[in-house]
Amino acid sequence: MKYLCLVYLDRENWSACPDPVCADYAQKLVDRQVLLAGEALHPVDSATTVRVRNGQAQLYDGPFAETKELLAGFYLVEARDLNEAIRIASGIPPGEYGSIEVRPVRQLELGDATS
Amino acid sequence: MTPGDRVQEVYRRENRRVFATLVRLLGDFDLAEDALQSAFLAASERWPQQGVPRNPVAWLVSAGRFRAIDSLRRQRRMTPWSEAAEAAAGIADEASVYEELEDVEDDRLRLIFTCCHPSLSEEAAIAMTLREICGLSTEAIARGFLIAPTTLAQRIVRAKSKIRDARIPYEVPDRDALPARLGRVLRVIYLVFNEGHSAAQGADLMRPDLTAEAIRLARLLADLIPDPEVRGLLALLLLQDSRRRARTTASGDLVPLEAQDRTLWDRAAIAEGVSLVRQALGVHGFGSYALQAAIAAVHAEAPSSEATDWAEIVGLYDALLHREPSPVIALNRAVAVAMRDGPEAGLALIEPLLTPELLGGYHLAHAAKAELLRRAGHCDAAKSAYEASLGLARQDPEKRFLRARLAEISD
Repeated sequence: MKYLCLVYLDRENWSACPDPVCADYAQKLVDRQVLLAGEALHPVDSATTVRVRNGQAQLYDGPFAETKELLAGFYLVEARDLNEAIRIASGIPPGEYGSIEVRPVRQLELGDATS
Repeated sequence: MTPGDRVQEVYRRENRRVFATLVRLLGDFDLAEDALQSAFLAASERWPQQGVPRNPVAWLVSAGRFRAIDSLRRQRRMTPWSEAAEAAAGIADEASVYEELEDVEDDRLRLIFTCCHPSLSEEAAIAMTLREICGLSTEAIARGFLIAPTTLAQRIVRAKSKIRDARIPYEVPDRDALPARLGRVLRVIYLVFNEGHSAAQGADLMRPDLTAEAIRLARLLADLIPDPEVRGLLALLLLQDSRRRARTTASGDLVPLEAQDRTLWDRAAIAEGVSLVRQALGVHGFGSYALQAAIAAVHAEAPSSEATDWAEIVGLYDALLHREPSPVIALNRAVAVAMRDGPEAGLALIEPLLTPELLGGYHLAHAAKAELLRRAGHCDAAKSAYEASLGLARQDPEKRFLRARLAEISD
């Protein structure tokens, strides 16, 4: 059984939790062999939403999902840049019925301690 | 011309070109802006002594890149963090700038498509276009759009972060993606033009001339991409702008098309616009901009409002409406039908457009209805339609125009 744990934060608390704390916990989960994939995301300003209608990909600035749309799945993909990520996202089948939010994953900033 | 003057002149003419290439070489807008300023500083020191180089753009790109690498290396000495060092190594490893200068024209396109990327909001794309492609200052753009400079500066900072964080690539879209991406660029240029066009002329001399910037952008794009819609947009802007001097009186009052002094129209702009329309309509793939330009061309070539080929204009609106069903186009078509077949025919077409979902809240729809009612001799109905329009209008010159019409009717 796989579970996806989604982290929700409001803007004020976006940076409240220090990155090294997150990294430590992730490492514990890796050691226990229970973490399949986990990433931190850039703020919502960096999001692009893709909808496919009549075979045409429509792009929107920001997270555009309507509030009645609920998270139904996720793909963690490797892409060269946003255009390639959008091409991949445009092919995700439920994009024809709902919307796919494309968010860049960011590196945790761990400072000098680990370098 | 002294070498110092030459630096000024090259800055004025070429600084955006140098910037566009530096963005590609350095991979970052802010780094490129700093490098651009250092390069011109170096030019103002060196050129008076060593003479102006044979290829000033190549010299400036090379100097800017060298200074960027140098400052990244200095950062490397100060911080153990290796990102700056990697950036410096990456930049230094690339092939010689001189070889890559063949790409300079493409860099200008890359800059345009990046600033107008559809994952940036329309507002952000407009701000980035005027700041990065046209080189307007943040303060000037803020004045142009009547918003606080801090709001605009923040919009630009966010857009740049998004370009960096989401990794929006610095590239010209491939053939499949080009039509949709080009559509976004054209829309951004058109919005910039409209903002300048609808602004009260001369009300604030410090406001930048956004219509001129939009025309410059459209011209640049037409030089770089041989596409009928790009030509169509340039033609449309030239033809609309050709009426600039006739659109308002000295005191800033609006003059409707039928009452304009056509000798004030800019004949050179019209000739260029008409020729571009012909080219655009002559090839496969033209769209709504070319059709709108064709309508503007029919007006521009008519000796008077009565002598306008209204049947031709209705036909062009039919084609436009078929391509892009929109209530505003339907409204314009209705007005043209009224000119061809009489006011009652136009009124019959306008009435169904005035629902709340369509144009019920649009002041120009009520003004058009009022105008046709007045021509048909229904003064009372015309009066209430003018009043409805006045209640919805927001710009002072339009309000003054509507009040004047109301006063005329009430006499």
